[in-house]
Amino acid sequence: MSAILEVRGLGKTFGGFTALNDIGLAVAPGERLGLIGPNGSGKSTFVNCIAGDFLNHSGVVLFKDQPLTGMKPHERARLGLTRTFQLPRPFRSLTVLENVAVPLRFSVPPLAMADAEARACACLQLVGLHDKARSYAHSLTQVDLRKLELARALVREPALLIADEVMAGLSHSEVDQILDLLFAQNVRGTAIIMIEHVMRAVTAFSQRLAVFVAGRKIAEGDPRTVLATPEVEAAYLGI
Amino acid sequence: MLDPVLIVNAIVSGLLLGCLYAIASMGLAVSFGMLDVVNIAHPAMMVLASFVIAGLCSQSGLDPLLTALLVAPAFGFLGVGLYRVYHHFFEQSGDEAMQGLAFFFGLMILIEVSLVLIYGADQRWVETSYGGHTLSLGPVDLPLRMLLPAMMSLACIGALFVWLRRSFTGRAVAAVAQDRDALRFLAINPIRIKAVAFGISVALAAIAAGCLIVVQPVDAHSGHVFIGRILAIVILAGLGSLPGTLVAALLFGVIENLAATLWGPAWSPAVAFGLLLAVLTVRPQGIFGGAHT
Amino acid sequence: MSRLLRFHLGLAATGIVLIFALRLIGNDYAWYTGYVILQYVLLSVAWNVLAGYAGYVNFGTAAFFATGAYTTILLTKSLNLDLVLCVLAAGLISGGLGLAVGWLTLRLRGVYFSIATLSLAVVLQTLVVNWSYAGGSSGAYTMRPQGNNLFGNYSEFLFVLMLVLALGAIAAAAWIERSRLGMGLAAIRDDERAAAAAGVPTLRLKLIATAISGAMMGMAGAPLPYYASYLNPEAAFSLTYTINTMAMTLIGGTQSWVGPVIGAVLLSALQQGATVTISSAGNLLIVGGVLILFVMLAPKGILGLVQASRGKGGAA
Repeated sequence: MSAILEVRGLGKTFGGFTALNDIGLAVAPGERLGLIGPNGSGKSTFVNCIAGDFLNHSGVVLFKDQPLTGMKPHERARLGLTRTFQLPRPFRSLTVLENVAVPLRFSVPPLAMADAEARACACLQLVGLHDKARSYAHSLTQVDLRKLELARALVREPALLIADEVMAGLSHSEVDQILDLLFAQNVRGTAIIMIEHVMRAVTAFSQRLAVFVAGRKIAEGDPRTVLATPEVEAAYLGI
Repeated sequence: MLDPVLIVNAIVSGLLLGCLYAIASMGLAVSFGMLDVVNIAHPAMMVLASFVIAGLCSQSGLDPLLTALLVAPAFGFLGVGLYRVYHHFFEQSGDEAMQGLAFFFGLMILIEVSLVLIYGADQRWVETSYGGHTLSLGPVDLPLRMLLPAMMSLACIGALFVWLRRSFTGRAVAAVAQDRDALRFLAINPIRIKAVAFGISVALAAIAAGCLIVVQPVDAHSGHVFIGRILAIVILAGLGSLPGTLVAALLFGVIENLAATLWGPAWSPAVAFGLLLAVLTVRPQGIFGGAHT
Repeated sequence: MSRLLRFHLGLAATGIVLIFALRLIGNDYAWYTGYVILQYVLLSVAWNVLAGYAGYVNFGTAAFFATGAYTTILLTKSLNLDLVLCVLAAGLISGGLGLAVGWLTLRLRGVYFSIATLSLAVVLQTLVVNWSYAGGSSGAYTMRPQGNNLFGNYSEFLFVLMLVLALGAIAAAAWIERSRLGMGLAAIRDDERAAAAAGVPTLRLKLIATAISGAMMGMAGAPLPYYASYLNPEAAFSLTYTINTMAMTLIGGTQSWVGPVIGAVLLSALQQGATVTISSAGNLLIVGGVLILFVMLAPKGILGLVQASRGKGGAA
């Protein structure tokens, strides 16, 4: 079976600083991949290169066997490649329901307002925000903001979701809520790359684990095996 | 038409003019480039200072360049106060994108209209003893009216560079331009540092004003032609790079002067805007930072 | 659908009432005053399409406005075109200008767009000053026809023309607010990166908004040569249009078309009354001062104050 996302030789530099160096990674359809690494190891740069916010200097990203070179972020999102932001970035002047309706109103072909709201409503039901559909984003709690961020990324049933630290700063039970959400979406067919520092969540979630250190991929494979390798241990003890 | 002496003279006087643009742009390079405060009232402040200097000179008979140095600290304190207001009302609430821009635009209008109401729409200038003299190096003319402000401008820019490199506060300003949070680790209040830096930028406007009024007569709306110029220079330099700003200003003076020599002075405002648009279009986004930040 | 119909009928009724009310007064001064107020309603609603809906500040109102005015001067001189056709042409040309400036600068941070529009007026003015066919720096005269087929009085015709344009702009703005375009622009205004990640084609929507806004401003300027009879670059490119438009919109509130309409009617009616007693410079001083006070103390404008007092400042 061919991969949903295939990254070959990805490289990115800022000035003289090499943020990503020759990264190769593949994700199968419906797979759950964990991506870990110390701060500054290039995880976020990796997300931004794949989502189209940054231009990669070398290498190629294939999504559904199609090269993404030159595609704008919104075009990639419309293809079914969505991402969440580390710090939630809600549309503050829109209601929760409208926030989630935006991706539907701008999909190809666009949904009419009534259909978009109906589907957004169903999606809010799934993440447990339906009773706050008419309130504004600024009144939400941290965990609800994360749920909104996820709902906006998931409402179009993407083929691949990149969840960038959606659990940072959440309590034990809140982490479980988000985990349940991601598992449920995975069952519905969305492949998920989880970037996370909450190790409990990553190990529970991932079928496969990749580790970045200083812009390079230093390990990849079965989570327990990967975490036991000396290089990974060294990298984590070194933080 | 292409008389080499004419061209050389155009280049030399373009360089002298460029020095004036350099001191006018340097303040904005600090506020816009380093502090991310888009002070579009900067040229208007410069014009205000020109009027103040002209008034003081006509009463005391002092030299305008010297007067500018005396007036600059007062404008510096004004700048510190202004930044406090700006920070309190706009930066803190995250409204700087629209309301903050409108604030400086309103300030620009207030300054211009007040000058018109107080002094009328006439031009103001200062007679200097050296105004009519010209230094001649072979076929190249160096009018003192241009040369002395240029030297003053370079001296002040040099002092600014040294201050930013050597002094503790100066280095803190450079650090705040790089990363606002970096200073917190050193227990320095970044707002205070930004206020000081903004004060310096307004003081630079006052010094530029002294140079300006020696070079040419000034009226209440003289700032308008400068807005396009100095924004183009600051952006061409890559926002916040002070040596880059100096080079860009000199380049700009030469280009504008050559254009005026070849096509006539009526076209010089269009040169400023043309360059600004060219810069905005051609310079890759990377130079302004991230793709969307 | 019936709600939309009611809204449009309401706009049309307002227009008809205004025409008859002014006919009762029946002098040229009334038509002139009404014309100027409506001109600012049009400019402010237009400016808000970009500022209020998309969050981009345009400092080039005077440039777009003057482009419209000079389109009329040139087309009248060269082809003797009817004013109504000139208005349409002015919309096309100013819209194209907006598209061009936007295409050059809207890929960058918002402030670069503002900066580009800031010097746009200076440069276009330089072009016109150096263009002798358009009258150069000494300006151009436009002969006003004696009357109009439908309206006995040409001043009344100009007023009705501006009224139709202003009401049309309000209808368009109200449509944008409810449309997909409006939702996309709101997303861009709130968080451009998140909007792109949600699939919103940010650049395209911003360009559409700039073109619509520019076209409206050009149409606002198109009748000016007939209104003023004589026009020079200094008057057409006057920064007064820019500052007034900004102040009116920000004072009224940017959340919906209602804000600019309130601000424009209030401020320009005040100005029309005050010009008798205060100089135009004094006028500008007051506008600048009020603008600064409002952005500092009431950043959401009159509309925001009203909403806050009703206790439903939801979108804070």
